[in-house]
Amino acid sequence: MNTGFDLRTSPPPPLLEARNVSKSYTVPVLTDFSFELKRGEVHALIGANGAGKSTFARILCGLTRPEGGQLRLGGAVYAPRSKGQAEQAGVVMVLQELNVIGSLSVAENLFLNRLPRRAGFVRFAELHHQARHALRRVGLSGLDPASPAGRLGVGQQQLLEIAGALAQHCRVLILDEPTAALTDPEADRLFENIRRLQAEGVGVVYISHRMDEIRRIAGRTTVLRDGRGVATHESADVTPAQLIREMVGHDLPEKRPAGARPAGETVLRVSHLRAGRRVRDVSLDLRAGEIVGLAGLIGSGRTETLRAVFGADPKEGGEVYLGRDDRPLRIHQPADALRAGIGMVPEDRKQDGLLLALSVRVNLTLSTLERHARRGGWLDAESERRTTRDFCQRLSVQCASVEQPVGELSGGNQQKLLIARWLAREGRVLLFDEPTRGIDVAAKDKVCQVLRCLAAEGKAVLVVSSELPELMALCDRILVMSAGRIAARFLPGEWTQEKLMAAAFSGYLNAAQD
Amino acid sequence: MLRKTKHYGQYGAMVVIWVGLLLFFGTLSTNFLTARTLGTLANRIPTLAVVSAGMTLVLIIGGIDLSVGSVLGLCGAALGVAMVNWHWPLWAGGLLCLGIGVAAGAINGWVSVRLGIPSFIVTLGMLEIARGLAYLTTQSQTKYIGAPVEGLSRPLFLGLSSAFFIAAGVIVAAQVVLARTVFGRHLIAIGANENAVRLAGINPRPPKIAVFALLGLLTGLGAVFYTSRLGSSDPNAGVGLELSAIAAVVIGGTSLMGGRGSVLNSFFGVLIIATLEAGLAQIGATEPVKRVTTGLVIVVAVVLDAWRHQMTAAPFAFLQRLFRQPPPTGR
Repeated sequence: MNTGFDLRTSPPPPLLEARNVSKSYTVPVLTDFSFELKRGEVHALIGANGAGKSTFARILCGLTRPEGGQLRLGGAVYAPRSKGQAEQAGVVMVLQELNVIGSLSVAENLFLNRLPRRAGFVRFAELHHQARHALRRVGLSGLDPASPAGRLGVGQQQLLEIAGALAQHCRVLILDEPTAALTDPEADRLFENIRRLQAEGVGVVYISHRMDEIRRIAGRTTVLRDGRGVATHESADVTPAQLIREMVGHDLPEKRPAGARPAGETVLRVSHLRAGRRVRDVSLDLRAGEIVGLAGLIGSGRTETLRAVFGADPKEGGEVYLGRDDRPLRIHQPADALRAGIGMVPEDRKQDGLLLALSVRVNLTLSTLERHARRGGWLDAESERRTTRDFCQRLSVQCASVEQPVGELSGGNQQKLLIARWLAREGRVLLFDEPTRGIDVAAKDKVCQVLRCLAAEGKAVLVVSSELPELMALCDRILVMSAGRIAARFLPGEWTQEKLMAAAFSGYLNAAQD
Repeated sequence: MLRKTKHYGQYGAMVVIWVGLLLFFGTLSTNFLTARTLGTLANRIPTLAVVSAGMTLVLIIGGIDLSVGSVLGLCGAALGVAMVNWHWPLWAGGLLCLGIGVAAGAINGWVSVRLGIPSFIVTLGMLEIARGLAYLTTQSQTKYIGAPVEGLSRPLFLGLSSAFFIAAGVIVAAQVVLARTVFGRHLIAIGANENAVRLAGINPRPPKIAVFALLGLLTGLGAVFYTSRLGSSDPNAGVGLELSAIAAVVIGGTSLMGGRGSVLNSFFGVLIIATLEAGLAQIGATEPVKRVTTGLVIVVAVVLDAWRHQMTAAPFAFLQRLFRQPPPTGR
């Protein structure tokens, strides 16, 4: 390539360079990761859930700071302390979650942090002029800049965010799953835009698990696994199969507890479930005494499936049956699921599970209060305390006393407590959403042990987890969700991490036809 | 053991402040600490006390009810019409009062919970509606009822009226319901994290509506007490009552964000406000001075309460950060 530089001098520095970047929360999430982005390059990042892609993106755009390593932007040291600083340096990120403020106009959303003004008054003519220009760049020229952004569809909101990023002077653009909410023509438009930016010399960090897109748009692809960079390829030279192999690493021999459990009769049947944007068609059945794993990428609809079965979100179609009953269950809210003997341990225990300001006792007995009540609803505090102590001991929940506020416990103890609440309820079906996320190793072991116990007692257990080795060690069957559908079903012996991962990506390979 | 002392400590602070106020005014004015003054004080508070008890429960679920003053006016107006125009006995008029109160409260609760409108807005609307209805019912006239209704406010025992004893009973009952029943536990849990309560398989809507209806019921009862003390029904009764009730509850340490509170402490809040007003009147403070002082006490009480809660939480966080202590082991 003729760069026009004298070949004897050293080559120009890459646009963005990361050297040995490390970051850990309770566990390391990024370890010695190095990355390079050239001017006008689209560089894709790919990896399984929790591989460190999003953490790296957050470091780049100043939302979090690395503990080790160095970033360089255009050869100069780059250490943004905030999103604002990063944007000033020309590093702009479009977040995966939509941040559109519905009550403000399209134009105001685009230029919220830099509204053109005079003496404190917004200059609307100027604002709308700039907005029209920015919208034209993402192919939304038909949109009135003064219309409220809340009326836009999800895809258009996503494009609006991208337009907002493009409207800033940016040198590096970070896109995290930008096409998840887009229709094909919208995605095509986005790719055109990315190509134009490339021509202008902007570098793009492109995070996605849609491999067809990566091949289309990205020059190079870097694979992350467990916070480490595994390999960087020219996108044209690598097959999806090879990428999946690298994301998974080499297969460990699968641990299986000796003696498969005999599965009992069907306890719960889900048939052609549809809910929200993410659950498109899910059918599955759970049998007494078995643990079924639900694997898949983040955003594939696993959490939403559990929530719809449990009645936390409305169903749009499909039925849930209990046992051999031919009449579908009528579950409109979680209280209905509870009555049917279905329990759910949600993923976000602080938002959806615990009452952090209240005591261990109150949290544990929440779903079983009437059992501690005498006639007329009078609570027997001593009976509550007894039960709480009993469960804390069984699950080794460490707390100073049963009256300690739950907010003071560690994540692992909080999680065990939340599980204990459902154990106390003794339902027939238990749905677990990422039960081991963000907790220490000892707590993880305990949680897995509890799940096995539940199955041994004849309950049906469905576990969503992003940790494949854990699922493979734990489950009697693994279902893999991809793009809102069950993409594959595996029995012990049939599965390998590679096969599971390939199934998880399968729904996105032909996303263009979806 | 630890739990018990913490419990007493929680009420102790309120008692200390109240007794302090009594002594303070007692030293400033020679005839403040007399049975007569204290009796008057006690017989003045039943209305505010029962409304504050209900208001405590509403604030605990993270709601608010601005309509209690107007609803009290409407209930009182209905009581006047029933007893004067229709010659109903007190018990029937009282039941009408309670019925109207429950209805108004249930409407507040139903609209806010079912239609998802913040209770602040719904009850602001009810504030206007109920006051308007009170004027319509009475043609804006005060109706003199006299002896048939005044009995409730006459001294019964130790200079205390039956209204006072009923109010005391209500407070104890409400505190017990809050602390010792499934319903009360659900209220606290809803205030702490409604989403988690729903996902724990509890339908939060019925208790939420019930708690507004309960406040309505207690407002109806308050209207009977109020009318009884005046001997006549006044459509202007209860103007500003909502603010006094919220102030009493907040002084009692109930969080406006929900999830924490105590009916008993709200009662001490009522005592503190009433003592302050009576004491200031006794030492000859003018109305404007009384209002400024009451306002200051409300703000100081809330600041102190926030500070107390930070103080109990902070040592833990501070120690953990300093020593990275592992969590204490089970016992």
